[in-house]
Amino acid sequence: MTVPSGNDSFVMFDHVQKSYDGQTLVVKDLNLAIAKGEFLTMLGPSGSGKTTCLMMLAGFETATHGEIRLDGRNINDVPPHKRGIGMVFQNYALFPHMTVGENLSFPLEVRGMGKSEREDRITRALDMVQMGKFRNRRPAQLSGGQQQRIALARALVFDPKLVLMDEPLGALDKQLREHMQFEIKALHERLGITVVYVTHDQGEALTMSDRIAVFNDGRIQQLAPPAALYERPENSFVAGFIGENNALRGTIEKLEGDKALVRLANGELIDASAVNIREVGQPTTVSIRPERVEFKPDLMPADAHTLEAEVLDVIYMGDILRAVLRVADDDEFVMKYRNTLGQTKLTPGQKLRIGWHPLDARALDPV
Amino acid sequence: MVKALDPHAAIVTEAGGLDQGGSLTTADGEPLARALVRSSRRARRRALLLVLPLLLFIVVTFINPIGQMLHRSVFNDGFSANMPELTVWFKEHPRGTQPDEAAWQALANDLQAAAQVRTIGVVGTRMNYEMAGTRSLFTSAGRKVRDGLQPPYREAMLEIDSKWGDPALWSAMRNVSSAYTTSFYLAALDLKRDENGDIVRVAPEQRVYVMLFIRTFVLSAIITAMTFLLGFPIAHLLATLPLRKSNLLMILVLLPFWTSLLVRTSAWIVLLQQQGVINDILVWLGLIGNGQRLQMIYNQTGTIVAMTHVLLPFMVLPLYSVMRTINPSYARAARSLGATSWTTFRRIYFPLTLPGLGAGALLVFILSVGYYITPALVGGSSGQLISNMIAMHMTQSLNWSMAAALSALLLAAVLILYWVYDRLVGIDNLKLG
Repeated sequence: MTVPSGNDSFVMFDHVQKSYDGQTLVVKDLNLAIAKGEFLTMLGPSGSGKTTCLMMLAGFETATHGEIRLDGRNINDVPPHKRGIGMVFQNYALFPHMTVGENLSFPLEVRGMGKSEREDRITRALDMVQMGKFRNRRPAQLSGGQQQRIALARALVFDPKLVLMDEPLGALDKQLREHMQFEIKALHERLGITVVYVTHDQGEALTMSDRIAVFNDGRIQQLAPPAALYERPENSFVAGFIGENNALRGTIEKLEGDKALVRLANGELIDASAVNIREVGQPTTVSIRPERVEFKPDLMPADAHTLEAEVLDVIYMGDILRAVLRVADDDEFVMKYRNTLGQTKLTPGQKLRIGWHPLDARALDPV
Repeated sequence: MVKALDPHAAIVTEAGGLDQGGSLTTADGEPLARALVRSSRRARRRALLLVLPLLLFIVVTFINPIGQMLHRSVFNDGFSANMPELTVWFKEHPRGTQPDEAAWQALANDLQAAAQVRTIGVVGTRMNYEMAGTRSLFTSAGRKVRDGLQPPYREAMLEIDSKWGDPALWSAMRNVSSAYTTSFYLAALDLKRDENGDIVRVAPEQRVYVMLFIRTFVLSAIITAMTFLLGFPIAHLLATLPLRKSNLLMILVLLPFWTSLLVRTSAWIVLLQQQGVINDILVWLGLIGNGQRLQMIYNQTGTIVAMTHVLLPFMVLPLYSVMRTINPSYARAARSLGATSWTTFRRIYFPLTLPGLGAGALLVFILSVGYYITPALVGGSSGQLISNMIAMHMTQSLNWSMAAALSALLLAAVLILYWVYDRLVGIDNLKLG
């Protein structure tokens, strides 16, 4: 097998497997190429294997099988301290017995760097995260957000080509988290470093990443840029995990290229685009995003099938309204519509017909 | 109104007001500080009642005996209470005055009175502490003067024993004539007052206590270092092993706690003695000849080995409790930042264990400074510590004042140590578990 290297595969997972107990695989056959300068997020529920992958890349876990390459070099047997990978930990892991300056100085000292250059770099790294004034503080004297910045500065101060982040914003409150997302993203763009980011927060993944690898059950379920992941999920897990999703069960009635006609359980027919189904008669789950559901006849494509729906509840959410509908015997069908001036008022008990563009309804594998 | 213009004043007046003195008041005009005291008084009283039994217990069984002991170390009225006339004479005449006839008469009268009420032995014992070999001088003189002496008293006394004319004896009597005395502390430091009242060192062959203090502190330091060397890896294992294995290991660590001290010490005798297990194995392996069996017990080696074993848990437990709280991500962070495992240990892990190490070291050191039973059993003569000397004074020589002075010095040394530790490390960094 040829070893691809260069800018498109700065980091390579090549048929990587990992087992802790010799009985079960936590990571099953992982193949992943991360390009230089890319911001790649590993997203998934806990226990999906994403953190294990990160730890294998950092060198704290060894791959049971397969090869991990960094810049074309096999790093399976390279100890963590020789990999030159910066890492930001979930709890920041700032050394509590050292000041901020000493924390930043540590990676430079172990590299045998001279004092004046160390001072230069520490000043630069602290200014980069706007923490120059806090150099002589101890980590315990800093707020969570400030500690996060220091952890970031420490991971970057020795100019690593690759930075790993393990749920770095998990402990911050919502507002601060969003602010830090923005800052990390800005730093990534300014420095041109490669970032591998682990999170279970899909919002974080969607706003920051160039590409997202959705993990479940030890496998990458889908690897795609955020928009593609949200709009064109390739299987039911991804459709359900990313964003809010309506799932309608049925069987394939007709299959024409990538157009499918699906008969729902109650006999009604809907149009959908075929994604990972192969044959007529196969059971399927049709996924539709709540904000793509329409209830005004003039907004629905003329030839598309529509469905009978009954309004069960309307929740006022400020910018949008969220209606829970009964559709094809499903009591949890959700429709979102904008809260605009003169928007139609829906009331519980009201009957209406809903529809959508066939491209927005994706016929996926049954769950 | 000026007040209303000040935004801070506005907040204050909302809650209550300012009295004339400018301090805060509650809504109904009561000073805030007093209201606070009143509102928390009940809770504090209840808290006090809860701790009161323990407080009383500690006062009665701990503070009180220690106070008495400290008092005894500077107080001994064995001479002054039983030799009143001579005591008065010493008070009235400064040091250096030759004993005149009045002094001799006072001596004779006191000896006679003491002999009649049979307290001459107490006087002799007290004198003996100050000047060895004088007890018999007093008791025999007591027998002879019981029926009274005829003046001139000086000649009469010298006739009983010519040693009564010794200026050193008179100086010693002057020293003990005061009930409050520093002489026990001086003796505990191998010092004494000479005939002129100057503090000098005792004769070289009598110097024992300073050497014993030094030995006690040196051995304690060695034992502390040994428990650190042996305990650190165990504590680390305990903190990092999976729960089931670490529980088993913990039981092994605690086992010495559950075994009688005598059993443990005897076990060391079995192992270490010249015909013991270790010597047998060494001979069997041919490492030493049968005639060269090592002396490993009834000396300092025995004391160090047995005490290290006994005190090991006191080092392991604080270390363990601190190590358990050290997040493994610190070590990972250090490794990812480029540090080798040794650098990670030296610069990250070890400094983070210092609170536990400090607590353990302080605990082991203080315990071993005052340890008594193990050195008494396996220490031989070279492995005896100051505590054994204290015990000897308590139970054999019955010189409780001396025992008290030695104990007080030991206590002072430990307090100094504690103070130094506080200055260097900070006592709030101490973590016992």
